This record gives sequence, structure tokens and C-alpha cells, in this order.
Amino acid sequence: MRTFAQSDVSRPLVRNRAVLVSSLVAVLCLSLSNFAQADSKSHTSGMLMPETESNYQPHPYGGTLAPDDGQWVRPAKDYASTRYSTLDQINTTNVQNLKPAFTFSTGLTRGHEAAPLVVNNTMYIVTPWPNKLYALDLTKPGAPMKWQYQPLPTPAAQGVACCDVVNRGASYDSGKIYYNTLDDQTVCVDANTGKEVWKTRVGDINKGESITMAPIVAKGKVLVGVSGGEFGVRGWLKALDAKTGKVAWTGYTAGPDKDVLIGPRFKPFYAQDRGQDLGVKSWPPDAWKIGGGGAWGWISYDPELNLVYYGTANPGPWDSDARPGDNKFTAGIFARDVDTGEAVWFYQYSPHDLYDYDAVNENILLDLPINGQTRKVLIHPDRNGYVYVMDRTNGEVLSASPFAPITTSKGVDLKTGLLQYVEEKKPTRGKVARGLCPTAPGAKDWQPSAFSAKTGLLYIPHNNLCMDEEDVAVNYIAGTPYVGANVVMYDAPGGYGGEFTAWDPISGKVVWTIPDHFPVWSGALATAGNVVFYGTMDGWFRAVDAVNGKKLWEFKTGSGIIGQPVTYKGPDGKQYVAILSGVGGWAGAIVAGGLDARDKSAALGFAGVMQDLPKYTNQGGMLYVFQLP
Amino acid sequence: MCSSFRRFVCVAALLISCSAFGRDLRVCADPDNLPFSNNKRQGFENQIAQLVARDLHANLVYQWQRMGRGFVRDYLNTSQCDVLIGIPANFKPVLTTTPYYRSSYVFVTRKDGKLKPASLDDPTLHQLKIGVQVLEEDYTPPATALARRHLQNQIVGFDTTGEDADSIIRAVADRKVDTAIVWGPLAGFFAKKYRGLELTPVTPQVDPPALPFTFAIAMGVRKGNTDLRDELQSVIDRRQSEINAILDRYGVPRLEMAPPLAAESHGGAE
Repeated sequence: MRTFAQSDVSRPLVRNRAVLVSSLVAVLCLSLSNFAQADSKSHTSGMLMPETESNYQPHPYGGTLAPDDGQWVRPAKDYASTRYSTLDQINTTNVQNLKPAFTFSTGLTRGHEAAPLVVNNTMYIVTPWPNKLYALDLTKPGAPMKWQYQPLPTPAAQGVACCDVVNRGASYDSGKIYYNTLDDQTVCVDANTGKEVWKTRVGDINKGESITMAPIVAKGKVLVGVSGGEFGVRGWLKALDAKTGKVAWTGYTAGPDKDVLIGPRFKPFYAQDRGQDLGVKSWPPDAWKIGGGGAWGWISYDPELNLVYYGTANPGPWDSDARPGDNKFTAGIFARDVDTGEAVWFYQYSPHDLYDYDAVNENILLDLPINGQTRKVLIHPDRNGYVYVMDRTNGEVLSASPFAPITTSKGVDLKTGLLQYVEEKKPTRGKVARGLCPTAPGAKDWQPSAFSAKTGLLYIPHNNLCMDEEDVAVNYIAGTPYVGANVVMYDAPGGYGGEFTAWDPISGKVVWTIPDHFPVWSGALATAGNVVFYGTMDGWFRAVDAVNGKKLWEFKTGSGIIGQPVTYKGPDGKQYVAILSGVGGWAGAIVAGGLDARDKSAALGFAGVMQDLPKYTNQGGMLYVFQLP
Repeated sequence: MCSSFRRFVCVAALLISCSAFGRDLRVCADPDNLPFSNNKRQGFENQIAQLVARDLHANLVYQWQRMGRGFVRDYLNTSQCDVLIGIPANFKPVLTTTPYYRSSYVFVTRKDGKLKPASLDDPTLHQLKIGVQVLEEDYTPPATALARRHLQNQIVGFDTTGEDADSIIRAVADRKVDTAIVWGPLAGFFAKKYRGLELTPVTPQVDPPALPFTFAIAMGVRKGNTDLRDELQSVIDRRQSEINAILDRYGVPRLEMAPPLAAESHGGAE
């Protein structure tokens, strides 16, 4: 995960265990420039590639979505995490007329990943560290600031965040704004006055814990998950009482069943996920106590089933030989009862993860026709390169189709649910691993997809990268020297680093894709106007036709975009579109490396990205809001 | 009264003249990472920094920053500081001096313990609980060597930064683990706090093909800053014996300077 907090950076940086042949901490040099090396290309044989749908016919969504009041009250829009708005004033025929309505500077230079919220004609923005909350009055010209709230997180938290000091946003519920600070506090602020209602410390930065994720509020509970240097941290998801901030339950990722909240209701679909205390037995003695498995990504909620869904991060340490076993319940997905936290099912996308394939990406809850039958499904594009369609009532994998080039595995066995790792790509000491795809930040990292009810397609912002282990080199952290693998990332086939892909979740195929020089690190937004929005790391905010991917409009913002676009109906009854621009400290820039990815280690491998991205953009956080003339 | 006032004026004048005319030696240091450094200036790297500043007639200015992943990129390379006091001599991202000490990961054991491993190949390790430092996303290198020997179930991980930095040494003293494998300077400093501990350098010094347990430590500057590197080099050349005295005071276990095996310089020094 890590995430890049400063490095969140979560961790965000790059890790790669796979690559850890000599198996120390990996150092990634991200090279996002177009130098796919010849000897790397020769390793593309046996690569699993996404299939393309030859004859796509729009198939509007047949299920029901939550009613849309034109506001935007949580980053994913609705509990199903569709990021779909029924607003259609802005459409394919007029979107080319979009122009800025107003802007607002955050005055900060780190990565801006949050989604603005819009409630009761007020816009709310959470910044990266120091995690200020701004309220802007949309009823007045230029949307002046109504108030600001400063939680004053401790500066020390910056050093804990893995990959950049980002924050992915707030949630609104019943007159309150809820969000998390990098130094592990969940805060509740009165949405009208900006006064703090309560503040609860849920983690300890001294243990390496930090928080970058956006909470959701469901059934009176605020759900919060930990990020943090994955190793050394023992991952958890907590539910706080929305009124008081008191912790109602804590579900750990690893440990004895009672800590994981596994009881009689726990019925995983596949045999390998069943058994007593697997959160202990699938690890070396006591290793689960520091085994990682944070919950720094997205949470979805099905009110009917009363279940929340969220993914768990990768296990620690990177050196996978030091943790033989499946390392439950990391790199998988939990369904939990929102009231009690009881685990109802679990599925492990990447058992005994070798490549830093956190499973924290978004889960979109839909009812789709699968093999002639309407199923309650959950769609999850994973870091490991597959879009999973799962039965969300029981955790059965209905399909798993590659959406990016994959060499580290050759498919998912739908009978057993097991990921089929490729033996020769497994990290082996003394051997240089080459042509590993996806890389540590995954085929896709945290950047959330959107689903359009109009087209029935999922719009996935993602990466198109592979990596080689280059050599081992001396590294140094906190006074302690060690030797780690040096990893170099490069563009996967196609010669570009990212893509924005329209995906048919029913056929499991690509409908169209738009290549981008850099990984597409922003979220996506789908609208009933058949316009889809996303941003690029070099700063273009773009609208494309939802049906065919044709570029309809673009605007160059001041910095690279790694935020989440939203749309809302303003007090004047008109539709607006908003995005935070701000690629952030250059770590962030690294695209970020991603890297939530822990590519903090790019310190060692500064070559690629550092040389490239700064040529295209500069840091600086700014809100842009657009409207039709 | 009068004389102390005069003394005050004097000191003030000195300070003013220093900041007005002297130059700054801007050092990046971890604010809470003993025995290396802390913001109370109690670490041996603080002492060495002071020695260097004095020798160069410069004002010592600290940029306090946790030495986590990315610190070179975020702080040294953005010119928020100019000098790293202790860095592996073959650490590629920076320009280094020649090393001024060389140390090793060591086994920490109790003198009264029955089993005192000195080698990673010691069969008695299979009966022991072995403490290993946790470093952000991974164990330190000895864990890899242990895992290769199918000893992964014997490993107990310890965070060794911040206020609980001595936890791994305390665990040996308190018999919570049988031994621990710890980077020399950390082990040497904290072992002095507890009676009856001994330190033995890990053998082999390099686990083939390329996993070293000894490292030579130098000072580092931004790449291209050869003038400053050369100045630091001249200080090391002039003051090596004083540096040695500081390292002795902090109990830093040291090895002969020349690496015994070429593998140690894998990756190439600058």
C-alpha cells in the first residue's frame, strides 16, 4: 500500500515483492518514459491481454440506483459506488462549451486526491496534510469561503505516510461532515458552522499507522480503515458511532477469529477461506501481529443485505519467504454486517501476495444479468489485473477478466477461486525477474472507476506498466543500511503508461480505451448526459463520449490531476462539474508513483519519472468548477 | 550584574557576527532516532556534525526529518539541507566521501545464555527465538538469510525507531527472545544500558550471492556538490581520530575498513 503519503503517500510507492529476489525492500525506479527496453519486450510472450468487444451495443443498466438529488454527499456518490450522476444538462452536444465557473486555491503543494462534496448549496473540500476542511458558499458569486476547519494534525504524521500525504475525501451525513486526518483522527464537523462536534483518535502514528482513506457513513456508523507502512502495522477497519465518535467495533485483518470478528455467520464461498483462526494459522508464529493488511481503500454498502464491502491491503514483509502461508486475510475482500462488524464472507484475490497487490480498490454494487439470470454482483478491478464480477451475497467469483497486460498469473480458476500464479515469475533468489506485469502499484491503484447506467459500462482509469528487477543496491532507512532490489518500471505494450478504459462488465471485455503517456491516476465520473470525465497527470481535465470514447472537451489545469471529478446541480438549477487539480510534491508526482506505492524508494531510482513528469506539470492544489455558458 | 551584562552583549555580538558572516552547514538529521541523532542533539551523528561544523567554521543548522523512504529526494535533493552525516558509502543517490567507519549486523546475546550463535549457519538457531529489526515494509537483511535457512518461524519483528528503539535489545535482556540480529551502532549503544549482553558480528559477512551484513558508512551530499564533498573529506582526513573517539563513546562496534569481499561494494560506489 501503501500507500504515497508523503509518501501514501500510502503508501502510497512502489513495491514489489516480486521483484525482491534477493528479497529485501524493493527500490523502485519508476521509469514512465517511453523506453520499453528491447530485452523486456522479449518477455511479453505468454502475456495475458484484455479482450476487445467487437460489436458493443449499449445495454442500459436494468437495475435500480439510489435516487439522485443532484448533490454529491460522498466520494463514490452512492453506497453502490457508481460515481454516476443522472444530471444531463451537460451532454455530448454541448460539453464542448464548458468553461470555468470559479476556482479556489488550497495553497498546498502535495497530491490532491479528494472528491469535493456538495450539500445544501455548500461545497466541502478536504486538503492533503494538514487536512484542512473548507466550506464554499455556492449561493454567492465566485463561491466565497464560508468557513474553514483546521484539525491540526501532527507534522510527524507526514513521515509515516507511505506515499504522499494525500486525503481521499469526506462524507456527509445528517448535517455533519466526517473525514480522517493523516495522524489517525476521525473528525465530525458541523456542516453549517464548521464547528468540531467530536474527534476520535483511532490509530497511533508511532506504530506506523496513518489514514488517507475517505470514510463512509452507513446506518449511523462511520467506517474507517487504516493505512500505513504496511509492515509492522496490523490492519483494521473500525466503525464509530456517528453521533458520539465512540468505536462500536473493530475488525482486524489478521489474528484469531475473535479479533477478525469471525463467528457462526462466516461462510466464505471457497474452501481455502474456511477454517478456524486462519488469520493466525496462515502465518509464521506471531507474524500476523505485524503482517500489514490495512484497509486504506474504498468501502461500499448494500442497505438491503446490511453488508459493507472493503478490500484488505497486501501482507508484510515484502520478503514473502519470511511469511510462508496464505497470509489471511490480506489482499482480499470482506463482507461484514454493518451493525456488528461480523464477517459474513471473505475472498482472497492474491493469496500469499508476492507483488504488492493490495485489494483495496473500489467495489461497485450492481444487479446484472449473468448467464441469463439477474445476480446481485460486486465489480472489482483489482491491482492484480483482473476485473472480478462476484456474487455479493456469498463471495462467489462469477468471472475474472484481464483489463491490463498480465504476466504474473495466467487466470483465475473459477471452480476453486484460486489465482493461477506463473511459476517462473515468482521471486526467486539469485535470479533477476523480468517482464513482471502488473507492477507493484498494480494494473490499477486507488483511482476509482465509474459506472454509467446509460451505457452499462464501467469506466476504469488505470496503469499500463511492467517492471524488471535491475540489480540490487544499497539502501538506507532510519540509520539502518540494507540491500534492496532495484526495480525499473516501463510502459507495457503500446508504449504508454496509462489508459482510460470503457469496460463491459457482462462480457468482461474492453469496449474502447484511451491511452495516456502517464498512468491515469484520477478518478472517473459518468453522467446521464453520456459524458464521462477524468483527468491526466499532466493536467488535462477531459470529457469523452461514454459510448465511443471520442474526446469532446478538455481543459488544461494548473497541475497534474489525481483527484476525483464530481458533478452537481447548483443553486441556480444548472449542472456543474468540479475537480481538484494538484499533482503534489514530487513524490506525489511520481506518479505517483505511485505510487501509493511506496515509491518513496524512487529516491534511489529517480531517473525515469523524475526526469519526465516535471517537464509536463508543476505542483499546486486548485479546485476548478466548470459550467455551460 | 554589569559584567554578566557585558558577557551577554559579547555573546550576542558573536552570534550576530556568526550569522552575518559565517556560513551555514545544513545537515539533514532524524529528530528521534538514537543513537544516530535526535533533536536534542544527543546522537553520535549530532556530535560528528558539530565537529565538522567547528572544523569548517560554519554554523550548524539542522533540517529535522525522519529518514524514511524518499528522504533524499524530498529533502536533500530539494536543497532543504546539504549534508547527510551517516550514509552507506556505496549509496547511489548521493555523492559520498570515503567511509569513516564500517560496522556489521551483530548477534546480541545474554552472557549467561546457553546458546550463543555467531553464525547464521549455527544449527542451534532452530531452537531459538530470534529478534529482527523491522524497517518500514520489511525485515532487515538477516531475516532473508534466516528465511533461506527455513528459520522464518523463529523470527520476531521489532520496530527500532523512535521512543521504543531499544525494544529489540531489551527483549534479549528480558529473555523474551534468545538472541537478536541488529545493526551494530544501534546494538552497541543500547546494549550498554543493560548488563550482561554481548555482541558478535554476524557471519558470514556476505550471504551469497549478494546479501551483505557489513556496511561502510560515509558522509553524503547532493550529486554534483563536489566542493562540499571535498571539504567534508578533508575534515574526515583531519579528524578521523576524534570521530573514532565519538564512535567509541557511543559503543559503535567497528570492523576494519577494507571490505573482505568484493560483494560488499555491489552496486558500485560513486
